[in-house]
Amino acid sequence: MARKTKPKTSRTADGRERIYRHTLLVRITHWINVVCIVVLIMSGLQIFNAHARLYWGSDGTWGDPAILSIASVTRNGEAVGVTEIGPAKLETTGVLGVSDYDGKAERRAWPGWATLPSFKSLAIGRAWHFFFAWLFVLNGLVYLTHLLATGRLQRDMAPTRAQWRGFWPSLISHLKLHRVRGEESKTYNVLQKIAYLSIIFVFLPLMLLTGLTMSPGMNAAAPWLLDIFGGRQSARTIHFIAAFAIIGFIAIHVFEVFLQGPVNEIRSMITGWFTVEPEKKKEARDDAKA
Amino acid sequence: MTRKLELSRRVALLGLSAGALSGCDRLSMQPGFREALQSVEGLNYRLHRLLLSGPQLAREYSEADISTRFHANGTTMPTTDAYAQLMGGGFASWRLRIDGLVQRPAEYSLAQLRNMPARTQITRHDCVEGWSAIGKWKGVPLRLLLQAAGLRPEARYIVFYCADFLGGVDNPNGRYYESIDLVDAFHPQTILAYEMNDEPLPVRHGAPIRLRVERQLGYKHAKYVMRIEAVASYRGLYRGRGGYWPDRGYEWYAGI
Repeated sequence: MARKTKPKTSRTADGRERIYRHTLLVRITHWINVVCIVVLIMSGLQIFNAHARLYWGSDGTWGDPAILSIASVTRNGEAVGVTEIGPAKLETTGVLGVSDYDGKAERRAWPGWATLPSFKSLAIGRAWHFFFAWLFVLNGLVYLTHLLATGRLQRDMAPTRAQWRGFWPSLISHLKLHRVRGEESKTYNVLQKIAYLSIIFVFLPLMLLTGLTMSPGMNAAAPWLLDIFGGRQSARTIHFIAAFAIIGFIAIHVFEVFLQGPVNEIRSMITGWFTVEPEKKKEARDDAKA
Repeated sequence: MTRKLELSRRVALLGLSAGALSGCDRLSMQPGFREALQSVEGLNYRLHRLLLSGPQLAREYSEADISTRFHANGTTMPTTDAYAQLMGGGFASWRLRIDGLVQRPAEYSLAQLRNMPARTQITRHDCVEGWSAIGKWKGVPLRLLLQAAGLRPEARYIVFYCADFLGGVDNPNGRYYESIDLVDAFHPQTILAYEMNDEPLPVRHGAPIRLRVERQLGYKHAKYVMRIEAVASYRGLYRGRGGYWPDRGYEWYAGI
């Protein structure tokens, strides 16, 4: 059952209100998750580099039509990176297809700074990926259990009726890069809640399931995985797209941390305590505008 | 913040991430650290053995699903004179030897294998690189050969020695080989295929026979199989990891 308790509060030395926003377990699982997801993305790009082409359906190999392909061609003796997405063909030398590695132009889909390890090694990329996939799953299970058992899902994450009604104003305020202060900053806003819920319950589980669908052993144990994703190659494509959706989430998440106040935000994920900044600045700005 | 400060902060951040990267590269090269990372292979293997303890089959597809293109990786033409001779004679003089920890070592000609009960299956081949192709395979269930030979109780793994030297003929560890456990060896879909898509197995796909072990990745499906040995452990073979690619850092258990 969800507990309708108010978060613990206290005061900072200069008298500002502080709320205890993140429990120790949330903080620990958050930072383990940061490490896992960074390693999984970078080792995933290493694995992708072994066959930098995406298909739809059960099968797909060299020569088959691809949804996305990152390749290199030779033009006038020079290596040129070519990325094709559907009918679009782009020259991406320097980043995709051909990039600088140790001072030399190397033919590789994703560049060395994006992959783990930075040098080409499918075997080592897979070793990193599978180890951190296990850690990610175990860490995620601990977090989910906590989220459900403590009622935080209901209390902190579920958008309220009033928040749903304020969806459009909230979107506009986000687009205007509004800094949230005062009472408003004590709870997650509606877009924030939707983002967290979709990452926790849609995108991260989707990564796990599409990952499992690429395993021939899992295919024999759970053939329904192939059916829900439309085949092994479709699952591989969805795995790739969902990874970039997660990268998009991380980009906005980190941007918001810096916009809202990096010290206070990052400190709250380390100590648990979040300082409620007074609303003064915003009022002053509105006055100035008027 | 001034532009200069902002720049130096950016440089510091870049340096930090580059440092972390090269740190990860150094870790990647450290045998102890890699052992630790690859320790999850045991976890994957045990989990899959738990989930795949029954007769779970790899998905079988219809004729219409057969891929128009089937890429061939690794060796596509063994380079030894011995293989050239076998191929020149249409593999009439080729013999498959079964020995090791068995009661009755035996040799089979291709004609003998073709006269044994066969299994035909349309399955998906998944390369560790990421691509997949669907093909139709006909061959002798490995189980029948192992039952005829009679495994001794100490036998734990079945090793496949191939005619190709992917690592170089002069390299003592250059020969392609693979090994599987008895669960996969006795699995109904584990066959020694001599036909692909209703034709004799092409050389680039492993003529005269290749292993099909459908619940694992492509590199386990040894091509150009010459000899099958039942062993208690594969530790003493080549570099001790139970296969050509496992000896080079890939997982021995390739169910994922």
